[in-house]
Amino acid sequence: MYHSLKNLPASSQVGALFVLVFGILLIASITSFAFSIKEFADEARAEQRRANLESINGILRTSWFMVVVFWLGWMMGNRVALTLFGLVSFFSLREFLTLSPTRRGDHRSLVLAFFVVLPMQYWLVWAEHFDMFAVFIPVFVFLAIPVVSAMANDPLHFLERNAKLQWGIMVCIYGMSHVPALLMLRFPGYDHRNAFMVFFLVMVVQICMVTQHLVGRWMNKKPVAPAISTSFNWPSWWIGISVASVFGAALAGITPWVPATAFAFSFIACLAGSMGHFVMKALKRDRGIPSWGKQGRAITGAGGLLDRVDALCFAAPVFFHSARWYFGL
Amino acid sequence: MLAKLMGYFLLGLIRVLTGSQARWHGCPPKAEQRIYFANHQSHADLVMIWAALPKELRHVTRAIAARDYWTKTPFKKWITSAVFNVIYVSRERTADEDPLEPLMEALGNGDSIILFPEGTRGHLGDPQPFKAGLYNLALKFPQVVLVPAWINNVQHVLPKGEVVPVPVLCSVTFGTPMQLQPDEDRRAFLERARNAVVELRDV
Repeated sequence: MYHSLKNLPASSQVGALFVLVFGILLIASITSFAFSIKEFADEARAEQRRANLESINGILRTSWFMVVVFWLGWMMGNRVALTLFGLVSFFSLREFLTLSPTRRGDHRSLVLAFFVVLPMQYWLVWAEHFDMFAVFIPVFVFLAIPVVSAMANDPLHFLERNAKLQWGIMVCIYGMSHVPALLMLRFPGYDHRNAFMVFFLVMVVQICMVTQHLVGRWMNKKPVAPAISTSFNWPSWWIGISVASVFGAALAGITPWVPATAFAFSFIACLAGSMGHFVMKALKRDRGIPSWGKQGRAITGAGGLLDRVDALCFAAPVFFHSARWYFGL
Repeated sequence: MLAKLMGYFLLGLIRVLTGSQARWHGCPPKAEQRIYFANHQSHADLVMIWAALPKELRHVTRAIAARDYWTKTPFKKWITSAVFNVIYVSRERTADEDPLEPLMEALGNGDSIILFPEGTRGHLGDPQPFKAGLYNLALKFPQVVLVPAWINNVQHVLPKGEVVPVPVLCSVTFGTPMQLQPDEDRRAFLERARNAVVELRDV
């Protein structure tokens, strides 16, 4: 069966992959639904089960959302995929900046970030100006944003306000744009199969985060930094990364790599992703909020998009640039 | 037709920019005659509270706009009259004209209204003291339900003097309906109404 799949043209392979993934998701959703209608005599246990199901349903919803986004992106071509990722950037940056309020003087910088930097960065990806795309934000925007802010003539908390903006742009635009950038990389002998690379990265990082989350909850070990995260601990972190990397090695067939290389790159991506997620937790604690979506008391009504994609935002640039450097693309 | 399209465009725009979330904290959305009164920090407030209402209520809920500002150019006039169907009030008082007259007419017709009792856009922080209009209307129309509302964050979308809006998540919190007490004087009532709005900031 493996060989017959291997001999299919690239588009059928990607199609088969989506059928597989949609199937798995469907089974998972049905299982979760079946559990949700099961009744418990013991009220306390039922309560705990409901809370568990709630968090699993959250993960399932994200997975559905991501897979549908990829599927649409793959069906409609690179331009649509880039637009979709651009929208994710837009909405997560909106969330980030809502919860890290800036002052009036930053208005023009915000306009610049949302309506100039964001489209420009995605245009650079689309036009495959890789050298420019890699430095556009860290070099050019890094200077442009504080200049525009300084023009507003408001020195109060200047460094802090700019740091918020720069961080938002780095994570939500720069980081996110590296995911669809994978579609543009030209691996030798890997024609038209780049959708697999995006899928590979997202899948591996998502598996790492989910495993880490579930194992952390189950093991209840001492947290590394309880003031920042009550769930982050070394054993579950190691297990999460190892499981995801082994999974990545198993997926080597859809990458241009042999299993050992796939393992190494999965490892790098998961390392960056889980650490990035941890750092974002520190930012959230600094703002005194449990998640980007709730803003403490749900005043903004955000969907918590950034909670779901932050690991990916940190994993993608590291993954992209390691691969590009290592293979000299 | 054009006005309807413009309405949808503005509605879509405000949703993309702000999420325009309604939080019915003290009362459900309901087709009864109401006066919504809210803090006022930006031009976007009007669109924001309008977008936060369910579609069915939007048609019978009219906002108040200052005549001198909103009829200055043909475009401003068209937006406010054709798209939002606002009620114009004059800010400068003349001896022979009651500025509340158009509001009373609308309330008499059975419409609900959106009022910004501060009278003008405030700066960041607490709302300014409320003007007497709310009290007078509450006195004349005791059957109309008074609903306080807090519009959160909109001043970041479009600060005074800026043209291009930026995306920030915003919400409108609707509070518990209040009423004019039998022997409550004007100042006490306006202060109570203002507090009801301010309190919604922290729920």
